[in-house]
Amino acid sequence: MSTIAPSKEQLLAEFESKIAAEMKIEPRDWMPDEYRQHLVRQISQHAHSEVIGMQPEGNWITRAPSLRSKKILLAKIQDEGGHGLYLYSAAETLGISREQFIQWLHVGKAKYSSVFNYPALNWADIGAIGWLVDGAAITNQVSLQRTSYGPYSRAMVKICKEESFHQRQGYEIMWKMMEGTKDQQQMAQDALNRWWWPALMMFGPHDNESANTSNAMKWKIKRESNDQLREKFINKTIPQAELIGLKVPDANLQLLDDETYKHGDIDWNEFWEVVKGNGPCNQQRLEHHKRAHDNGAWVRETAYVAGLNQK
Amino acid sequence: MEASESQGQLWEVFIQSKPGQAFKHVGSVHAYDKDLAVENARDIYTRRGEGTGLWVVPGKEIVAVTINEAEYFFEPIDEKIYRHPTFYDLPEGVKQM
Amino acid sequence: METKLNYYLQIADNALILSHRLSEYSSHGPFLEEDLANTNVALDLIGIAESIYNECARIEGKGRIGDDFPYRRGEHEFYNCLLVEQPNRDFAFIMVRQFLTDAFNFYFYSEMTKSKDQFLQAIGFKAIKQVTYHLRRSSEWMIRLGAGTELANGKTQFALDTLWRYSQEFFVASEAEAAMIKAGIGVDLEVVKELWFQKVREILYMSHLSIPENQFQLNGGKQGKHSENLGFILTEMQYLPSKYPEAKW
Repeated sequence: MSTIAPSKEQLLAEFESKIAAEMKIEPRDWMPDEYRQHLVRQISQHAHSEVIGMQPEGNWITRAPSLRSKKILLAKIQDEGGHGLYLYSAAETLGISREQFIQWLHVGKAKYSSVFNYPALNWADIGAIGWLVDGAAITNQVSLQRTSYGPYSRAMVKICKEESFHQRQGYEIMWKMMEGTKDQQQMAQDALNRWWWPALMMFGPHDNESANTSNAMKWKIKRESNDQLREKFINKTIPQAELIGLKVPDANLQLLDDETYKHGDIDWNEFWEVVKGNGPCNQQRLEHHKRAHDNGAWVRETAYVAGLNQK
Repeated sequence: MEASESQGQLWEVFIQSKPGQAFKHVGSVHAYDKDLAVENARDIYTRRGEGTGLWVVPGKEIVAVTINEAEYFFEPIDEKIYRHPTFYDLPEGVKQM
Repeated sequence: METKLNYYLQIADNALILSHRLSEYSSHGPFLEEDLANTNVALDLIGIAESIYNECARIEGKGRIGDDFPYRRGEHEFYNCLLVEQPNRDFAFIMVRQFLTDAFNFYFYSEMTKSKDQFLQAIGFKAIKQVTYHLRRSSEWMIRLGAGTELANGKTQFALDTLWRYSQEFFVASEAEAAMIKAGIGVDLEVVKELWFQKVREILYMSHLSIPENQFQLNGGKQGKHSENLGFILTEMQYLPSKYPEAKW
């Protein structure tokens, strides 16, 4: 079978027409290098976020105050690990191994969501993480189900289906605590105060300052902009806070005529400091991951050797 | 790469959601051997009671036709339309066939 | 009544305390798939413990709820075996502890399905599906650890040597157990012991590992006399209910 190799221009035109027609791009399809690089960065960052995200919550499994909440938390953290796996698999279809992704994480070449560099200090933080952090993540992920890269889109569909309980369990914890003793109410408010702004920052810089947004939107890797998603999130979340008696820690919050909210200024200084590695837990999270990985080296090795013996 | 860095090889996972149904590809998993592969697949893809049957296949054993070949490889749908039941006329009054 | 409660608690506490150790290991696994698998075992065990605690609350009839048993008892009132409270020193310790316990659980719950006590019988049927899988998994891991690299074999043999001294407590009947066995309700530990040894010998043989020469055994957990570990486990587990006794979560 001999075919004439199409020119790069033809390939690009074909690629762009597929994107325009809302067709998915699949691993073996031709794609521009920048598209591939953007996906590698975004999907692996997403995968690492799920995995590092296991830590702040994992810190409370052994202290969960009831067997019910312990089971729920374990199952939720397990889901997050599973979602990390789905996403690593999606990223691997771009031709890079999971070993490589992990190595990039360890040397600081790959990032994960900065929100996990904040500490989980009281039990209400488990509520706040589920309600706000997962809530923000879900807002983003629902939109990403329509992303143009097939494996990423399919992973998102599966993840959204499984995550539907995560936000609810978080909100339930907050609600129960607001119905509880004064101590519990204080813990809940304290957790909201600490997690509110990091949750808003999860959507990334404002659209006019985001370097990665424009190409990603053009190629439909991202389907909605950072600001659009952030607005969706606050419009949903603020009424939920008010319903259970929590006060959103934003003195400049405005309710607009169309029943939507406008938030006060986000402290982007803090955001960039955490991105650069100066958040409260950056070192701790990464070292935890490295330590587990290093401690597991001999286990992986023996599993590898035993696997060879099996053949 | 050293063995201690290895995350195992890639296996593709297929699940049958009910007895009698076809096995459907659900994703992939890493594992060092076939026993670990089925167990990992079970723990990752059937946490919500999704399966009554499970296959894992080493990813490298799968033979694929790429999208670039698809155009000439697959039978064009508009040829040989006589393979489709809608091609045929039936006398009025035939209820089900 | 007291005897039955004690017997039930022994079973539930074994499941709960082991699940606690496995929970501690979340996000510390050698690779991600193993982390998830480990969590599944922890979840199964909590589920078993929870069902039994709820039944304990019911038969006791003093207005306690199931969660009061894990969360509001002192360490001397816990009746789990010493083995399950031993710490996660490394993956070999985790897997040896798991394998020895899974082998016990498998034969113990299998026998329990024959109990005259309807509740125990039901728990036996519920648990046996789960522990069958646990045993399959930990057996296979023992072989990978023992018959893989030399380094892993050494670490695993060391874990086995260290933990073996806690391995026979399963078969030393407590007063409550003896009474329940006599009444034809409790699981016959002699039967379990024989099957357990067969299984352990078989898997250790395949793993190129051996039963340590030092046969000295420690026990006391079933009487509420624990190692120093349990105090720390409970301090952590019971932290919120102890600090805020009025609160509901």
